[in-house]
Amino acid sequence: MSFWETKGRIFDIQRYSIHDGEGIRTICFLKGCVLRCKWCCNPESQEYKIQEMMVAGKKKIIGQDVTVREVMEVVEKDRIYYRRSGGGLTLSGGESLCQPEFACGLLRAACETGINTAMESMGCAPYETIEKLLPYLDHYLLDIKHTNAKKHEAFTGRGNELMLENAKKIAASGQARLSIRVPVIPTFNDTPEEIRDIALFADGLPGVEDIYLLPYHRLGQDKYEGLGRTYELAEILPPAPEHMETLKQMVETSTGLRCHIGG
Amino acid sequence: MEKYYTEEIPKTERIPRLVKHLFAKMPEIESARARLITESYKSTEGLPIILRRAKAFEHILRHLPIIIREEELIVGSTTIAPRGCQTYPEYSYKWLEEEFDTVEHRSADPFYISEQTKRELKEADAYWENKTTSELAENLMAPETRKAIAHNIFTPGNYFYNGVGHVTVQYEKVLAIGYEGIIAQAEDALAKCSPADADYCTRAPFLKALVISCKAAIEYAQRYGALAEKMAAECSDSKRKEELRQIAANCKRVPAKGAESFYEACQSFWFVQQLLQIESSGHSISPGRFDQYMYPYYKRDLDSGKITRQQAQELIDCIWVKLNDLNKCRDAASAEGFAGYSLFQNLIVGGQDKDGVDVTNDLSFMCITASKHVFLPQPSLSIRVWNKSPHALLLKAADLTRTGIGLPAYYNDEVIIPSLMSRGLTLEDAREYNIIGCVEPQKAGKTDGWHDAAFFNMCRPLELVFSNGYDKGERISIQTGRVEDMTTFEDFYDAYKKQMEYQISLLVNADNAIDTAHAARCPLPFLSSMVDDCIARGKSVQEGGAVYNFTGPQGFGIANMADSLYAVKKLVFDEKKVTLAEYKRALAMNYGQGFDQIGAAEIVTEIVKEMQKAGMTVSQEQIAEMVVQVMETKLPDQEKKRYEELLEMISQVPKYGNDDEEVDMFARDVAYTYTRPLLKYRNPRGGQFQAGLYPVSANVPLGAQTGATPDGRLAHTPVADGVSPSAGKDVHGPTAAANSVSRLDHGIASNGTLFNQKFHPTALSGERGLENFVALIQTYFDQKGSHMQFNVVDRETLLDAQAHPEKYAHLVVRVAGYSALFTTLSKSLQDDIIRRTEQGL
Repeated sequence: MSFWETKGRIFDIQRYSIHDGEGIRTICFLKGCVLRCKWCCNPESQEYKIQEMMVAGKKKIIGQDVTVREVMEVVEKDRIYYRRSGGGLTLSGGESLCQPEFACGLLRAACETGINTAMESMGCAPYETIEKLLPYLDHYLLDIKHTNAKKHEAFTGRGNELMLENAKKIAASGQARLSIRVPVIPTFNDTPEEIRDIALFADGLPGVEDIYLLPYHRLGQDKYEGLGRTYELAEILPPAPEHMETLKQMVETSTGLRCHIGG
Repeated sequence: MEKYYTEEIPKTERIPRLVKHLFAKMPEIESARARLITESYKSTEGLPIILRRAKAFEHILRHLPIIIREEELIVGSTTIAPRGCQTYPEYSYKWLEEEFDTVEHRSADPFYISEQTKRELKEADAYWENKTTSELAENLMAPETRKAIAHNIFTPGNYFYNGVGHVTVQYEKVLAIGYEGIIAQAEDALAKCSPADADYCTRAPFLKALVISCKAAIEYAQRYGALAEKMAAECSDSKRKEELRQIAANCKRVPAKGAESFYEACQSFWFVQQLLQIESSGHSISPGRFDQYMYPYYKRDLDSGKITRQQAQELIDCIWVKLNDLNKCRDAASAEGFAGYSLFQNLIVGGQDKDGVDVTNDLSFMCITASKHVFLPQPSLSIRVWNKSPHALLLKAADLTRTGIGLPAYYNDEVIIPSLMSRGLTLEDAREYNIIGCVEPQKAGKTDGWHDAAFFNMCRPLELVFSNGYDKGERISIQTGRVEDMTTFEDFYDAYKKQMEYQISLLVNADNAIDTAHAARCPLPFLSSMVDDCIARGKSVQEGGAVYNFTGPQGFGIANMADSLYAVKKLVFDEKKVTLAEYKRALAMNYGQGFDQIGAAEIVTEIVKEMQKAGMTVSQEQIAEMVVQVMETKLPDQEKKRYEELLEMISQVPKYGNDDEEVDMFARDVAYTYTRPLLKYRNPRGGQFQAGLYPVSANVPLGAQTGATPDGRLAHTPVADGVSPSAGKDVHGPTAAANSVSRLDHGIASNGTLFNQKFHPTALSGERGLENFVALIQTYFDQKGSHMQFNVVDRETLLDAQAHPEKYAHLVVRVAGYSALFTTLSKSLQDDIIRRTEQGL
């Protein structure tokens, strides 16, 4: 069976995405995640199983099994925009590495047809899994949420050891451009010291030039209700723009990285 | 060295003050022009019409009150009150008299009018009974055409009630040789006329009229020169005194002579722009390629050190303010269709010269900066985009778009140039195109395009298919058979095409009647002095003096018709889930959703007419009761449920605008039902009809006259805007919508197409946001889209502006083909703008 027929489970494909990687991109959201971040804005991404969610008063089925070929038919529709803008395909989730064969198939299909590839991921999988994807990946957008393993576990359900280890290995491989993204979540990691520690770690990774600070937002809140879950961070407000600026300046004074606010 | 200066030049403190003066009070109607033209006409009754027009123009310019507003550098105002307007009884006047007491309080574009003005206008208007272009046009129309208009199949109201406008004249000619130069050309032509020539009796009066008009323009400028001199003498502020002296010097030289400095060129430009709008009430008098014809004057002064960039920018900014000083009062219905006090003075930058070389220059950038500085709807700023457009220019334009002003609109050279050539323009002329009004391309100084000649509602012929040619109980169209008897989709689609073709033929008759009336009653000698080949041909633009002649009426509702016909094809014929008979009843019952009061009243009027015809008497109480019944549409539960099912089925049928190739290609074919039949018709000026696909903002008021459509659109709601997908029906984002829209044939709609997208500011934030936005435009254009424009405001802002208009007096939105002040739009149009899909969230 050709990798074009590999099946996987997705919950959305979003076109004209302009805040995740270079240029105009099409994002394919893979279903299933290893973490359970309290702030997650796509809670419907976490479970691998197909779910029902209430959206604007109507039941919506979340999750669809599709082949690489079927996804690529949609991705192909905006090829002409990628050419103008330097965009392409981005895999997101969930955690794409939870469906390694499918993720690999998508990246390979894009790569072999001349479409730029990017992947948003926490790197939370055995490195052997990641290693198989790297030849087809142009840009790895790696999430690092905290340098403290305990705090990481308290807010995401898992420690960060494997991810930090993988970050070093991905950087050392030199196979894909690596950028670091940090969701800035009040009460979790929004102090200048916490952000600085992440930035210093990122700065120590060979080849990393850019770090993105993604301010916490509450756009996913309704989805928790739609899934019959409670949103634990309901009391938390998004960080003030001035605070984000402070963090940015701190990153730029303590490291050699280019720091961006937002995707 | 850089080919052009791209840095932002700061605005001077004068500019916001000029804007403030301009918006100090509500626009007002003045009576001076109406009184003066009436006086003149009364004294010239025996003369040929062209001379009467010239003498009237002369009389107006000699006596129209003049004013130099506080701090102005560029002078020339048509009214004493800022943003005021004059009236033009030679085109029409009755509607204004009927609206005297409502015009101040209407929702779209209100104007103040004093009791004295009302009296003076009434007195002047009395002369015009049976002498107007509108009265003649109506008499020239075939009876069936009048019926089609009465039933709102199309509306040619724009030129029926007003002057034509919609032209770009040879500004460069006035800048170069002045009106004295043009007068010399006309006198030269006149000297060559022999009284024995067959056309002497029309040619000689025309040339004489042209000379009188140009002299009148010179004299008008001299009046301003004298006023400035007088004001300078009385002025105690030494800086202002010097400015007034300079203004006086400018007005004494231009537009009589060729401009010798950039400042003179600016003043000369302004008189041309202003005076064209005193001669006739036509709107969309478009400055066109301002960055091109002004550039030599700018360059010379900059190189010689006579002017700094900052000074040049201030003068351009002043012109931008002045373009907002001109105004026009339309009848209440048209005001809804052209909402926002807009005069559609389209000014375009960038693009190629006649040899195909990109000619972007400093002024291209400074014009964009001026729109940012002044931040008002006029001019309708446009930008030409092609494969060799400088990236910096596109970024600069996108940066203006990001402010939310709704400007500029983007136009694609790669589609428009071949499209114009297919209509007979030479390659060189096509490369030099500019845009008129909303989206209509043409070659300046050579064209009478009659763009914007009518709104044709593509939904109404489909209603005629279902009614077999009847509307409101009256036979108004051909009979294409009972829909109940149609057995294939081809039968049904053919019936639609036949209804379209028949109604289009009536539209042609309407436009040609109005065209003929303008030639007979309102030829324009001053305008004709600046359009080739009027002098050589010895006739006015209105009589066919221009090199290129077109009539461009626009169709709208493509998205609704594509979705409607596709839904009928799928549900009735492919899947056999409903019958046409059932569909017919569902539409008549508005899918069981009830009617609003206006819609219900309309239906009841129809029923009452039928009852009265049958000899029954109907009391007011009975009528009121019927209206309530219709509004509630009391239907058996089973029937109501069936309509809900039908709406659900319709919602499952693919819709235009979502990058579904099958339905998009179907839409392409549907658009041909309008664009193709038009091409075979000719106008009285010897030119061809050509279609446009854009609605201005008429999709809202004309939607209110349209019943439910098979795409699930409810009765009396807006129809889709331009070639854009139906509001809220495109759910796959801007690239998918752009891919769909680009599947239409934009080239054949050579009078322009309009694609509106609304963006949240977030979609354009940062440098990357801008880059991706530019890439989106370029990619739409790679796929042969013709025009694109954007609204960049968030929903919350718009809702807040609706609730608190006082906080948002300057909020500019892109309506359709032009920008307008949001708070001046009617509530329904505001709602429509809010409803449009917010892309990029």
